[in-house]
Amino acid sequence: MTDLSVSNQAIAGKAAPPGEARAMRLPTQWLGVTPFFVFAVMFLILPTLYLMLGAFQNEAGEFTFANIVALFSANIVAAYWISIKVSLASSLIGAFAGLAIAIAIVRGGLPNWIRSGTLTFSGVASNFAGVPLAFAFIATLGRLGLVTVLLNTLVGFNIYAHGFNLLSFWGLTITYVYFQIPLMVVIIVPAIDGLKREWGEAAATLGATQAQYWRMVVIPVLWPSFLGTVILLFANAFGAIATAYALTGSSLNIVPILLYAQIRGDVLHNAHLGYAIAFGMIVITGLANIFYIWFRTRSERWLK
Amino acid sequence: MKSGRFWAWVVFVLGAAYFFIPLIATIEFSLRMRRGVYSLDAYKVVLGDSQFQATFMFSVIVAVFTILLGVLIVVPTAYWIRLRMPQIRPIVEFITLLPLVIPAIVIVFGYIRMYGSNSPLPFLATNTGANALLVIGYATLALPYMYRAVDTGLRTIDVRTLTEAAQILGAGWGTIISRVILPNVLIAVLSGAFLTFAIVIGEFTMASLLNRPAFGPYLQNLVANRAYEPAALSIIAFVITWGCMSLIQILSRFAPKSANRPN
Repeated sequence: MTDLSVSNQAIAGKAAPPGEARAMRLPTQWLGVTPFFVFAVMFLILPTLYLMLGAFQNEAGEFTFANIVALFSANIVAAYWISIKVSLASSLIGAFAGLAIAIAIVRGGLPNWIRSGTLTFSGVASNFAGVPLAFAFIATLGRLGLVTVLLNTLVGFNIYAHGFNLLSFWGLTITYVYFQIPLMVVIIVPAIDGLKREWGEAAATLGATQAQYWRMVVIPVLWPSFLGTVILLFANAFGAIATAYALTGSSLNIVPILLYAQIRGDVLHNAHLGYAIAFGMIVITGLANIFYIWFRTRSERWLK
Repeated sequence: MKSGRFWAWVVFVLGAAYFFIPLIATIEFSLRMRRGVYSLDAYKVVLGDSQFQATFMFSVIVAVFTILLGVLIVVPTAYWIRLRMPQIRPIVEFITLLPLVIPAIVIVFGYIRMYGSNSPLPFLATNTGANALLVIGYATLALPYMYRAVDTGLRTIDVRTLTEAAQILGAGWGTIISRVILPNVLIAVLSGAFLTFAIVIGEFTMASLLNRPAFGPYLQNLVANRAYEPAALSIIAFVITWGCMSLIQILSRFAPKSANRPN
Protein backbone atom coordinates (compact mmCIF):
# COMPACT_ATOMS: atom_id res chain seq x y z
CA MET A 1 0.00 0.00 0.00
CA THR A 2 2.76 2.41 0.95
CA ASP A 3 4.66 1.38 -2.18
CA LEU A 4 1.78 2.33 -4.40
CA SER A 5 1.22 5.75 -2.88
CA VAL A 6 4.93 6.49 -2.96
CA SER A 7 5.16 5.59 -6.64
CA ASN A 8 2.02 7.64 -7.29
CA GLN A 9 3.63 10.61 -5.67
CA ALA A 10 6.78 10.06 -7.66
CA ILE A 11 4.79 10.00 -10.88
CA ALA A 12 2.80 13.01 -9.82
CA GLY A 13 6.04 14.83 -9.02
CA LYS A 14 7.46 14.06 -12.46
CA ALA A 15 4.29 14.95 -14.30
CA ALA A 16 3.64 18.13 -12.33
CA PRO A 17 3.50 21.15 -14.61
CA PRO A 18 5.71 24.15 -13.89
CA GLY A 19 4.81 26.93 -11.47
CA GLU A 20 1.91 28.82 -13.04
CA ALA A 21 -0.10 25.81 -14.17
CA ARG A 22 0.22 24.24 -10.76
CA ALA A 23 -1.08 27.37 -9.05
CA MET A 24 -4.11 27.24 -11.31
CA ARG A 25 -4.76 23.56 -10.69
CA LEU A 26 -4.53 23.58 -6.94
CA PRO A 27 -8.08 24.75 -6.15
CA THR A 28 -9.74 22.47 -8.72
CA GLN A 29 -7.90 19.57 -7.17
CA TRP A 30 -9.68 20.23 -3.88
CA LEU A 31 -13.04 20.30 -5.67
CA GLY A 32 -12.84 16.51 -6.05
CA VAL A 33 -12.97 15.93 -2.30
CA THR A 34 -15.33 18.79 -1.47
CA PRO A 35 -18.54 16.68 -1.34
CA PHE A 36 -16.93 14.31 1.12
CA PHE A 37 -15.69 17.08 3.41
CA VAL A 38 -19.00 18.96 3.25
CA PHE A 39 -20.83 15.76 4.19
CA ALA A 40 -18.41 14.92 6.98
CA VAL A 41 -18.49 18.43 8.45
CA MET A 42 -22.26 18.81 8.24
CA PHE A 43 -23.34 15.40 9.43
CA LEU A 44 -20.50 14.11 11.54
CA ILE A 45 -18.25 16.83 12.87
CA LEU A 46 -20.58 19.81 13.41
CA PRO A 47 -23.34 17.82 15.21
CA THR A 48 -20.70 16.37 17.53
CA LEU A 49 -19.05 19.75 18.13
CA TYR A 50 -22.48 21.27 18.75
CA LEU A 51 -23.08 18.83 21.60
CA MET A 52 -19.57 19.27 22.96
CA LEU A 53 -19.96 23.06 23.07
CA GLY A 54 -23.48 22.72 24.48
CA ALA A 55 -22.02 20.70 27.35
CA PHE A 56 -20.21 23.88 28.47
CA GLN A 57 -23.18 26.23 28.18
CA ASN A 58 -26.20 26.93 30.33
CA GLU A 59 -29.74 27.60 29.08
CA ALA A 60 -28.85 31.24 28.40
CA GLY A 61 -25.87 30.23 26.28
CA GLU A 62 -23.26 31.38 28.79
CA PHE A 63 -20.09 29.44 29.41
CA THR A 64 -20.25 27.16 32.46
CA PHE A 65 -18.79 24.04 34.00
CA ALA A 66 -22.04 23.35 35.86
CA ASN A 67 -23.14 20.58 33.46
CA ILE A 68 -19.82 18.78 33.75
CA VAL A 69 -19.99 19.08 37.52
CA ALA A 70 -23.57 17.75 37.43
CA LEU A 71 -22.24 14.64 35.65
CA PHE A 72 -20.73 13.61 38.97
CA SER A 73 -24.09 13.16 40.64
CA ALA A 74 -24.61 9.69 42.02
CA ASN A 75 -26.96 8.17 39.44
CA ILE A 76 -25.01 9.45 36.41
CA VAL A 77 -21.69 8.25 37.82
CA ALA A 78 -23.36 4.89 38.50
CA ALA A 79 -24.57 4.74 34.90
CA TYR A 80 -21.08 5.48 33.54
CA TRP A 81 -19.53 3.01 35.92
CA ILE A 82 -21.80 0.11 34.91
CA SER A 83 -21.36 0.99 31.22
CA ILE A 84 -17.60 0.97 31.58
CA LYS A 85 -17.70 -2.31 33.53
CA VAL A 86 -19.92 -4.03 30.94
CA SER A 87 -17.86 -2.71 28.01
CA LEU A 88 -14.57 -3.62 29.64
CA ALA A 89 -15.69 -7.11 30.71
CA SER A 90 -17.32 -7.93 27.37
CA SER A 91 -14.37 -6.59 25.34
CA LEU A 92 -11.79 -8.48 27.43
CA ILE A 93 -13.77 -11.74 27.48
CA GLY A 94 -14.59 -11.31 23.79
CA ALA A 95 -10.97 -10.53 22.93
CA PHE A 96 -9.42 -13.49 24.74
CA ALA A 97 -12.10 -15.96 23.66
CA GLY A 98 -11.89 -14.63 20.09
CA LEU A 99 -8.10 -14.91 20.13
CA ALA A 100 -8.33 -18.50 21.42
CA ILE A 101 -10.81 -19.43 18.69
CA ALA A 102 -8.74 -17.68 16.03
CA ILE A 103 -5.56 -19.50 17.10
CA ALA A 104 -7.48 -22.78 17.26
CA ILE A 105 -8.82 -22.49 13.71
CA VAL A 106 -5.61 -21.10 12.15
CA ARG A 107 -2.91 -22.97 14.07
CA GLY A 108 -4.76 -25.83 15.75
CA GLY A 109 -4.64 -28.32 12.87
CA LEU A 110 -8.43 -28.41 12.56
CA PRO A 111 -10.00 -29.40 9.22
CA ASN A 112 -10.15 -26.62 6.66
CA TRP A 113 -13.95 -26.42 6.49
CA ILE A 114 -14.01 -25.44 10.15
CA ARG A 115 -11.81 -22.46 9.44
CA SER A 116 -13.88 -21.13 6.54
CA GLY A 117 -17.14 -21.96 8.31
CA THR A 118 -16.05 -20.13 11.46
CA LEU A 119 -14.97 -17.07 9.46
CA THR A 120 -18.30 -16.87 7.61
CA PHE A 121 -20.22 -17.36 10.82
CA SER A 122 -18.14 -14.67 12.55
CA GLY A 123 -19.00 -12.22 9.78
CA VAL A 124 -22.66 -12.91 10.40
CA ALA A 125 -22.59 -12.98 14.20
CA SER A 126 -20.52 -9.77 14.50
CA ASN A 127 -23.37 -8.00 12.70
CA PHE A 128 -26.08 -9.82 14.60
CA ALA A 129 -26.72 -7.32 17.35
CA GLY A 130 -29.60 -5.31 18.64
CA VAL A 131 -33.12 -6.51 19.27
CA PRO A 132 -32.87 -10.01 17.67
CA LEU A 133 -29.77 -10.80 19.72
CA ALA A 134 -31.45 -9.67 22.92
CA PHE A 135 -34.39 -11.91 22.16
CA ALA A 136 -32.16 -14.89 21.40
CA PHE A 137 -30.71 -14.58 24.90
CA ILE A 138 -34.13 -14.15 26.47
CA ALA A 139 -35.11 -17.43 24.78
CA THR A 140 -31.91 -19.05 26.09
CA LEU A 141 -31.19 -17.69 29.56
CA GLY A 142 -34.40 -15.84 30.42
CA ARG A 143 -36.61 -17.15 33.21
CA LEU A 144 -38.35 -19.48 30.71
CA GLY A 145 -35.34 -19.85 28.42
CA LEU A 146 -34.27 -23.19 27.00
CA VAL A 147 -31.06 -23.51 29.02
CA THR A 148 -32.69 -22.26 32.22
CA VAL A 149 -35.52 -24.79 31.90
CA LEU A 150 -33.25 -27.67 30.84
CA LEU A 151 -30.84 -27.08 33.73
CA ASN A 152 -33.76 -26.97 36.12
CA THR A 153 -35.52 -30.12 34.90
CA LEU A 154 -32.47 -32.26 34.07
CA VAL A 155 -30.02 -31.35 36.82
CA GLY A 156 -32.40 -29.61 39.20
CA PHE A 157 -30.23 -26.48 39.15
CA ASN A 158 -32.21 -23.25 39.08
CA ILE A 159 -29.78 -20.55 37.94
CA TYR A 160 -32.19 -17.81 38.97
CA ALA A 161 -32.38 -19.21 42.49
CA HIS A 162 -28.57 -19.04 42.57
CA GLY A 163 -28.39 -15.36 41.85
CA PHE A 164 -28.20 -15.28 38.06
CA ASN A 165 -30.29 -12.67 36.29
CA LEU A 166 -30.23 -11.92 32.58
CA LEU A 167 -31.15 -8.31 33.35
CA SER A 168 -27.93 -7.66 35.22
CA PHE A 169 -24.28 -6.87 34.67
CA TRP A 170 -23.35 -10.46 33.87
CA GLY A 171 -26.43 -11.08 31.76
CA LEU A 172 -25.64 -8.06 29.60
CA THR A 173 -21.97 -9.01 29.41
CA ILE A 174 -22.74 -12.56 28.27
CA THR A 175 -25.06 -11.16 25.61
CA TYR A 176 -22.56 -8.56 24.36
CA VAL A 177 -19.86 -11.23 24.10
CA TYR A 178 -21.97 -12.78 21.33
CA PHE A 179 -20.98 -10.01 18.91
CA GLN A 180 -17.62 -9.21 20.52
CA ILE A 181 -16.00 -12.65 19.99
CA PRO A 182 -16.80 -12.83 16.25
CA LEU A 183 -15.55 -9.28 15.70
CA MET A 184 -12.27 -10.25 17.34
CA VAL A 185 -12.04 -13.39 15.18
CA VAL A 186 -12.69 -11.44 11.97
CA ILE A 187 -9.99 -8.88 12.75
CA ILE A 188 -7.32 -11.06 14.36
CA VAL A 189 -7.29 -14.03 11.94
CA PRO A 190 -5.47 -12.06 9.21
CA ALA A 191 -2.90 -10.97 11.80
CA ILE A 192 -2.30 -14.58 12.87
CA ASP A 193 -2.07 -15.58 9.22
CA GLY A 194 0.67 -12.97 8.95
CA LEU A 195 2.91 -14.90 11.36
CA LYS A 196 5.46 -16.49 9.09
CA ARG A 197 6.24 -20.17 9.49
CA GLU A 198 9.94 -19.26 9.12
CA TRP A 199 9.87 -17.37 12.42
CA GLY A 200 8.84 -20.50 14.26
CA GLU A 201 11.52 -22.49 12.48
CA ALA A 202 14.16 -19.84 13.15
CA ALA A 203 13.20 -19.78 16.82
CA ALA A 204 13.37 -23.58 16.99
CA THR A 205 16.79 -23.56 15.28
CA LEU A 206 18.07 -21.14 17.90
CA GLY A 207 16.89 -23.58 20.56
CA ALA A 208 13.76 -21.76 21.72
CA THR A 209 11.08 -23.74 23.47
CA GLN A 210 7.48 -23.45 22.34
CA ALA A 211 6.79 -21.18 25.32
CA GLN A 212 9.71 -18.91 24.45
CA TYR A 213 8.59 -18.74 20.83
CA TRP A 214 5.16 -17.58 21.97
CA ARG A 215 6.46 -15.17 24.58
CA MET A 216 9.18 -13.58 22.47
CA VAL A 217 7.82 -13.79 18.93
CA VAL A 218 4.08 -14.40 18.65
CA ILE A 219 2.80 -12.18 21.45
CA PRO A 220 4.94 -9.13 20.56
CA VAL A 221 3.89 -9.39 16.90
CA LEU A 222 0.18 -9.82 17.66
CA TRP A 223 0.15 -7.33 20.53
CA PRO A 224 -0.64 -4.12 18.58
CA SER A 225 -3.51 -5.60 16.57
CA PHE A 226 -4.83 -7.38 19.65
CA LEU A 227 -4.81 -4.21 21.73
CA GLY A 228 -6.32 -2.20 18.90
CA THR A 229 -9.16 -4.67 18.58
CA VAL A 230 -9.80 -4.68 22.33
CA ILE A 231 -10.28 -0.93 22.17
CA LEU A 232 -12.52 -1.22 19.13
CA LEU A 233 -14.59 -3.81 21.02
CA PHE A 234 -14.76 -1.50 24.02
CA ALA A 235 -16.10 1.39 21.95
CA ASN A 236 -18.44 -1.01 20.18
CA ALA A 237 -19.99 -2.12 23.48
CA PHE A 238 -19.94 1.32 25.06
CA GLY A 239 -22.10 2.89 22.36
CA ALA A 240 -24.44 -0.08 21.93
CA ILE A 241 -27.98 0.59 23.03
CA ALA A 242 -30.50 -1.53 21.12
CA THR A 243 -29.41 -4.84 22.67
CA ALA A 244 -29.45 -3.49 26.21
CA TYR A 245 -32.71 -1.63 25.70
CA ALA A 246 -34.50 -4.68 24.30
CA LEU A 247 -33.05 -6.89 27.01
CA THR A 248 -33.55 -4.82 30.11
CA GLY A 249 -35.93 -2.01 29.15
CA SER A 250 -34.71 0.72 31.45
CA SER A 251 -34.09 -1.52 34.45
CA LEU A 252 -30.32 -1.52 33.93
CA ASN A 253 -29.12 2.06 34.00
CA ILE A 254 -26.28 2.19 31.46
CA VAL A 255 -25.17 5.48 29.86
CA PRO A 256 -26.64 5.01 26.35
CA ILE A 257 -30.03 4.11 27.86
CA LEU A 258 -29.85 7.12 30.18
CA LEU A 259 -29.03 9.34 27.19
CA TYR A 260 -31.80 7.72 25.16
CA ALA A 261 -34.33 8.47 27.90
CA GLN A 262 -32.97 12.01 28.18
CA ILE A 263 -33.35 12.65 24.41
CA ARG A 264 -36.84 11.16 24.44
CA GLY A 265 -38.25 12.95 27.45
CA ASP A 266 -35.69 15.13 29.22
CA VAL A 267 -35.78 12.87 32.29
CA LEU A 268 -32.96 14.85 33.87
CA HIS A 269 -34.89 18.14 33.48
CA ASN A 270 -31.84 19.88 32.05
CA ALA A 271 -31.23 19.80 28.29
CA HIS A 272 -27.59 20.76 28.66
CA LEU A 273 -26.94 17.90 31.05
CA GLY A 274 -27.87 15.63 28.13
CA TYR A 275 -25.12 17.33 26.09
CA ALA A 276 -22.72 16.74 28.95
CA ILE A 277 -23.57 13.02 29.00
CA ALA A 278 -22.92 12.80 25.24
CA PHE A 279 -19.68 14.73 25.79
CA GLY A 280 -18.67 12.24 28.47
CA MET A 281 -19.29 9.32 26.10
CA ILE A 282 -17.11 10.89 23.42
CA VAL A 283 -14.38 11.61 25.99
CA ILE A 284 -14.34 7.96 27.07
CA THR A 285 -14.26 6.44 23.57
CA GLY A 286 -11.80 9.15 22.51
CA LEU A 287 -9.49 8.40 25.47
CA ALA A 288 -9.65 4.72 24.60
CA ASN A 289 -8.43 5.55 21.10
CA ILE A 290 -5.65 7.81 22.36
CA PHE A 291 -4.45 4.94 24.56
CA TYR A 292 -4.56 2.69 21.54
CA ILE A 293 -2.44 5.07 19.43
CA TRP A 294 0.00 5.56 22.30
CA PHE A 295 0.38 1.82 22.87
CA ARG A 296 0.72 1.16 19.18
CA THR A 297 3.47 3.70 18.58
CA ARG A 298 5.31 2.30 21.60
CA SER A 299 5.05 -1.30 20.46
CA GLU A 300 5.88 -0.42 16.87
CA ARG A 301 9.01 1.41 17.94
CA TRP A 302 9.92 -1.60 19.98
CA LEU A 303 9.24 -3.94 17.04
CA LYS A 304 11.84 -2.15 14.94
CA MET B 1 1.42 -31.14 18.72
CA LYS B 2 -1.22 -33.74 19.51
CA SER B 3 -2.26 -31.97 22.71
CA GLY B 4 -2.35 -28.75 20.67
CA ARG B 5 -4.93 -30.24 18.37
CA PHE B 6 -6.90 -31.55 21.34
CA TRP B 7 -7.07 -28.06 22.87
CA ALA B 8 -8.02 -26.56 19.49
CA TRP B 9 -11.00 -28.92 19.38
CA VAL B 10 -11.94 -28.06 22.96
CA VAL B 11 -11.88 -24.32 22.18
CA PHE B 12 -13.81 -24.80 18.97
CA VAL B 13 -16.52 -26.96 20.54
CA LEU B 14 -16.97 -24.57 23.49
CA GLY B 15 -17.22 -21.64 21.07
CA ALA B 16 -19.67 -23.48 18.83
CA ALA B 17 -21.83 -24.33 21.86
CA TYR B 18 -21.93 -20.71 22.99
CA PHE B 19 -22.90 -19.53 19.51
CA PHE B 20 -25.37 -22.24 18.53
CA ILE B 21 -27.34 -22.77 21.75
CA PRO B 22 -29.00 -19.31 21.65
CA LEU B 23 -29.90 -19.87 17.99
CA ILE B 24 -31.35 -23.30 18.73
CA ALA B 25 -33.25 -21.91 21.73
CA THR B 26 -34.70 -19.13 19.58
CA ILE B 27 -35.73 -21.51 16.81
CA GLU B 28 -37.28 -23.88 19.36
CA PHE B 29 -39.15 -20.99 20.97
CA SER B 30 -40.38 -19.65 17.63
CA LEU B 31 -42.00 -23.04 16.86
CA ARG B 32 -43.98 -23.27 20.11
CA MET B 33 -46.83 -20.90 19.33
CA ARG B 34 -49.40 -23.65 18.99
CA ARG B 35 -49.81 -25.45 22.31
CA GLY B 36 -48.30 -28.94 22.48
CA VAL B 37 -46.92 -29.24 18.93
CA TYR B 38 -44.22 -27.52 16.91
CA SER B 39 -45.67 -25.35 14.17
CA LEU B 40 -44.75 -22.47 11.92
CA ASP B 41 -47.65 -20.38 13.22
CA ALA B 42 -45.43 -17.60 14.60
CA TYR B 43 -43.83 -17.14 11.18
CA LYS B 44 -47.23 -17.07 9.49
CA VAL B 45 -48.53 -14.47 11.92
CA VAL B 46 -45.42 -12.32 11.54
CA LEU B 47 -45.22 -12.47 7.75
CA GLY B 48 -48.95 -11.79 7.46
CA ASP B 49 -48.79 -8.73 9.74
CA SER B 50 -49.30 -5.61 7.64
CA GLN B 51 -47.17 -3.57 10.04
CA PHE B 52 -44.29 -5.98 9.54
CA GLN B 53 -44.58 -5.61 5.77
CA ALA B 54 -44.78 -1.81 5.97
CA THR B 55 -41.85 -1.35 8.36
CA PHE B 56 -39.72 -3.92 6.58
CA MET B 57 -40.32 -2.28 3.20
CA PHE B 58 -39.52 1.11 4.73
CA SER B 59 -36.19 -0.18 6.04
CA VAL B 60 -35.36 -1.82 2.71
CA ILE B 61 -35.96 1.45 0.87
CA VAL B 62 -33.93 3.40 3.42
CA ALA B 63 -31.13 0.84 3.02
CA VAL B 64 -31.15 1.23 -0.78
CA PHE B 65 -30.94 5.03 -0.52
CA THR B 66 -28.21 4.73 2.10
CA ILE B 67 -26.18 2.56 -0.24
CA LEU B 68 -26.67 5.01 -3.14
CA LEU B 69 -25.64 7.97 -0.99
CA GLY B 70 -22.67 6.04 0.39
CA VAL B 71 -21.47 5.13 -3.11
CA LEU B 72 -21.95 8.72 -4.35
CA ILE B 73 -19.82 10.09 -1.54
CA VAL B 74 -17.21 7.39 -1.15
CA VAL B 75 -16.33 6.28 -4.68
CA PRO B 76 -15.37 9.70 -6.13
CA THR B 77 -13.52 10.62 -2.93
CA ALA B 78 -11.53 7.40 -2.67
CA TYR B 79 -10.75 7.59 -6.41
CA TRP B 80 -9.63 11.20 -6.28
CA ILE B 81 -7.41 10.56 -3.28
CA ARG B 82 -5.70 7.64 -5.01
CA LEU B 83 -5.27 9.65 -8.19
CA ARG B 84 -4.39 13.16 -7.11
CA MET B 85 -4.24 13.72 -3.39
CA PRO B 86 -2.51 10.84 -1.60
CA GLN B 87 -1.20 13.43 0.85
CA ILE B 88 -4.61 13.93 2.49
CA ARG B 89 -5.33 10.21 2.76
CA PRO B 90 -4.56 10.12 6.53
CA ILE B 91 -7.09 12.91 7.17
CA VAL B 92 -9.82 11.22 5.14
CA GLU B 93 -9.12 7.84 6.74
CA PHE B 94 -9.29 9.44 10.17
CA ILE B 95 -12.67 11.01 9.36
CA THR B 96 -14.07 7.74 7.99
CA LEU B 97 -13.08 6.04 11.27
CA LEU B 98 -14.81 8.65 13.45
CA PRO B 99 -18.21 6.87 13.38
CA LEU B 100 -16.53 3.97 15.19
CA VAL B 101 -15.47 6.39 17.94
CA ILE B 102 -18.57 8.58 18.19
CA PRO B 103 -21.54 6.42 19.25
CA ALA B 104 -24.56 6.47 16.92
CA ILE B 105 -26.76 7.81 19.69
CA VAL B 106 -24.50 10.87 20.05
CA ILE B 107 -24.54 11.54 16.30
CA VAL B 108 -28.32 11.36 16.12
CA PHE B 109 -28.63 13.52 19.26
CA GLY B 110 -26.56 16.14 17.45
CA TYR B 111 -28.86 15.90 14.41
CA ILE B 112 -31.97 16.39 16.54
CA ARG B 113 -30.50 19.54 18.09
CA MET B 114 -28.95 20.97 14.92
CA TYR B 115 -31.59 20.15 12.33
CA GLY B 116 -34.78 20.50 14.40
CA SER B 117 -37.88 22.32 13.17
CA ASN B 118 -36.64 25.72 14.36
CA SER B 119 -33.13 25.49 12.97
CA PRO B 120 -31.86 27.15 9.77
CA LEU B 121 -31.80 23.71 8.09
CA PRO B 122 -35.05 22.15 9.36
CA PHE B 123 -34.66 18.54 8.21
CA LEU B 124 -36.97 17.36 10.96
CA ALA B 125 -39.83 19.71 10.07
CA THR B 126 -41.14 17.40 7.34
CA ASN B 127 -41.45 13.65 6.93
CA THR B 128 -39.34 13.64 3.79
CA GLY B 129 -36.69 15.67 5.55
CA ALA B 130 -36.61 13.28 8.50
CA ASN B 131 -36.36 10.31 6.14
CA ALA B 132 -33.49 12.04 4.36
CA LEU B 133 -31.78 12.66 7.69
CA LEU B 134 -32.17 8.96 8.57
CA VAL B 135 -30.53 7.99 5.26
CA ILE B 136 -27.74 10.48 5.94
CA GLY B 137 -27.26 9.13 9.46
CA TYR B 138 -27.03 5.56 8.18
CA ALA B 139 -24.59 6.62 5.49
CA THR B 140 -22.43 8.05 8.28
CA LEU B 141 -22.62 4.78 10.24
CA ALA B 142 -21.69 2.80 7.12
CA LEU B 143 -18.87 5.18 6.15
CA PRO B 144 -16.01 3.19 7.77
CA TYR B 145 -17.07 -0.05 6.06
CA MET B 146 -17.92 1.50 2.69
CA TYR B 147 -14.67 3.49 2.50
CA ARG B 148 -12.51 0.50 3.39
CA ALA B 149 -14.30 -1.76 0.89
CA VAL B 150 -13.98 0.74 -1.98
CA ASP B 151 -10.39 1.66 -1.13
CA THR B 152 -9.42 -2.03 -1.11
CA GLY B 153 -11.11 -2.41 -4.50
CA LEU B 154 -9.26 0.59 -5.93
CA ARG B 155 -5.95 -0.82 -4.75
CA THR B 156 -6.38 -3.77 -7.12
CA ILE B 157 -6.77 -1.66 -10.27
CA ASP B 158 -4.39 0.74 -11.96
CA VAL B 159 -6.31 3.96 -11.39
CA ARG B 160 -3.81 6.23 -13.14
CA THR B 161 -3.53 4.27 -16.38
CA LEU B 162 -7.29 3.74 -16.61
CA THR B 163 -7.89 7.45 -16.08
CA GLU B 164 -5.30 8.51 -18.67
CA ALA B 165 -6.64 6.02 -21.19
CA ALA B 166 -10.16 7.33 -20.68
CA GLN B 167 -8.99 10.92 -20.97
CA ILE B 168 -7.16 10.20 -24.22
CA LEU B 169 -10.45 8.80 -25.53
CA GLY B 170 -12.10 12.08 -24.58
CA ALA B 171 -14.00 11.11 -21.43
CA GLY B 172 -14.93 13.70 -18.79
CA TRP B 173 -14.69 13.14 -15.02
CA GLY B 174 -18.31 11.98 -14.72
CA THR B 175 -17.84 9.40 -17.46
CA ILE B 176 -14.53 8.23 -16.01
CA ILE B 177 -15.98 7.64 -12.56
CA SER B 178 -19.30 6.14 -13.61
CA ARG B 179 -18.21 4.12 -16.65
CA VAL B 180 -14.57 3.24 -16.01
CA ILE B 181 -13.80 3.28 -12.29
CA LEU B 182 -17.16 2.16 -10.86
CA PRO B 183 -17.50 -1.00 -13.02
CA ASN B 184 -13.94 -1.95 -12.06
CA VAL B 185 -14.59 -1.71 -8.34
CA LEU B 186 -18.19 -2.90 -8.57
CA ILE B 187 -17.54 -6.05 -6.56
CA ALA B 188 -15.92 -4.09 -3.75
CA VAL B 189 -18.79 -1.59 -3.84
CA LEU B 190 -21.31 -4.43 -3.64
CA SER B 191 -19.53 -5.94 -0.63
CA GLY B 192 -19.79 -2.60 1.11
CA ALA B 193 -23.41 -2.35 0.00
CA PHE B 194 -24.43 -5.69 1.51
CA LEU B 195 -22.66 -4.88 4.76
CA THR B 196 -24.50 -1.55 4.81
CA PHE B 197 -27.76 -3.39 4.21
CA ALA B 198 -27.09 -5.76 7.12
CA ILE B 199 -26.35 -2.82 9.42
CA VAL B 200 -29.31 -0.69 8.34
CA ILE B 201 -32.10 -3.24 8.17
CA GLY B 202 -32.57 -3.77 11.90
CA GLU B 203 -31.05 -0.53 13.22
CA PHE B 204 -32.91 0.76 16.24
CA THR B 205 -31.30 3.84 17.81
CA MET B 206 -31.42 6.35 14.96
CA ALA B 207 -34.75 5.20 13.56
CA SER B 208 -36.36 5.33 16.97
CA LEU B 209 -35.02 8.74 17.97
CA LEU B 210 -35.97 10.25 14.61
CA ASN B 211 -39.44 8.67 14.98
CA ARG B 212 -39.24 6.76 11.69
CA PRO B 213 -41.56 3.76 11.09
CA ALA B 214 -38.61 1.41 10.53
CA PHE B 215 -38.12 -2.30 11.15
CA GLY B 216 -35.89 -1.89 14.24
CA PRO B 217 -38.40 0.04 16.39
CA TYR B 218 -41.18 -2.33 15.25
CA LEU B 219 -39.09 -5.29 16.39
CA GLN B 220 -38.37 -3.59 19.70
CA ASN B 221 -42.05 -2.93 20.25
CA LEU B 222 -42.89 -6.56 19.47
CA VAL B 223 -40.31 -7.90 21.95
CA ALA B 224 -41.90 -5.81 24.67
CA ASN B 225 -45.45 -7.01 23.93
CA ARG B 226 -45.44 -10.50 22.36
CA ALA B 227 -43.89 -13.87 23.13
CA TYR B 228 -43.45 -16.05 20.03
CA GLU B 229 -43.46 -13.58 17.14
CA PRO B 230 -40.18 -11.88 18.19
CA ALA B 231 -38.48 -15.30 18.17
CA ALA B 232 -39.63 -15.85 14.58
CA LEU B 233 -38.47 -12.34 13.66
CA SER B 234 -35.08 -12.86 15.31
CA ILE B 235 -34.57 -15.94 13.17
CA ILE B 236 -35.66 -14.00 10.07
CA ALA B 237 -33.21 -11.21 10.96
CA PHE B 238 -30.44 -13.75 11.42
CA VAL B 239 -31.19 -15.31 8.03
CA ILE B 240 -31.11 -11.87 6.37
CA THR B 241 -27.74 -11.07 7.96
CA TRP B 242 -26.48 -14.49 6.90
CA GLY B 243 -27.70 -13.86 3.35
CA CYS B 244 -25.86 -10.53 3.13
CA MET B 245 -22.62 -12.05 4.44
CA SER B 246 -22.80 -15.05 2.09
CA LEU B 247 -23.34 -12.71 -0.86
CA ILE B 248 -20.21 -10.76 0.17
CA GLN B 249 -18.24 -14.03 0.33
CA ILE B 250 -19.51 -15.18 -3.05
CA LEU B 251 -18.70 -11.79 -4.58
CA SER B 252 -15.19 -11.77 -3.15
CA ARG B 253 -14.41 -14.84 -5.25
CA PHE B 254 -14.95 -12.75 -8.37
CA ALA B 255 -12.82 -9.85 -7.17
CA PRO B 256 -9.49 -9.26 -8.94
CA LYS B 257 -6.56 -10.05 -6.67
CA SER B 258 -3.87 -7.64 -7.85
CA ALA B 259 -3.21 -4.65 -10.08
CA ASN B 260 -1.71 -4.76 -13.58
CA ARG B 261 -2.61 -8.29 -14.49
CA PRO B 262 -1.00 -9.23 -17.80
CA ASN B 263 -4.23 -10.25 -19.59
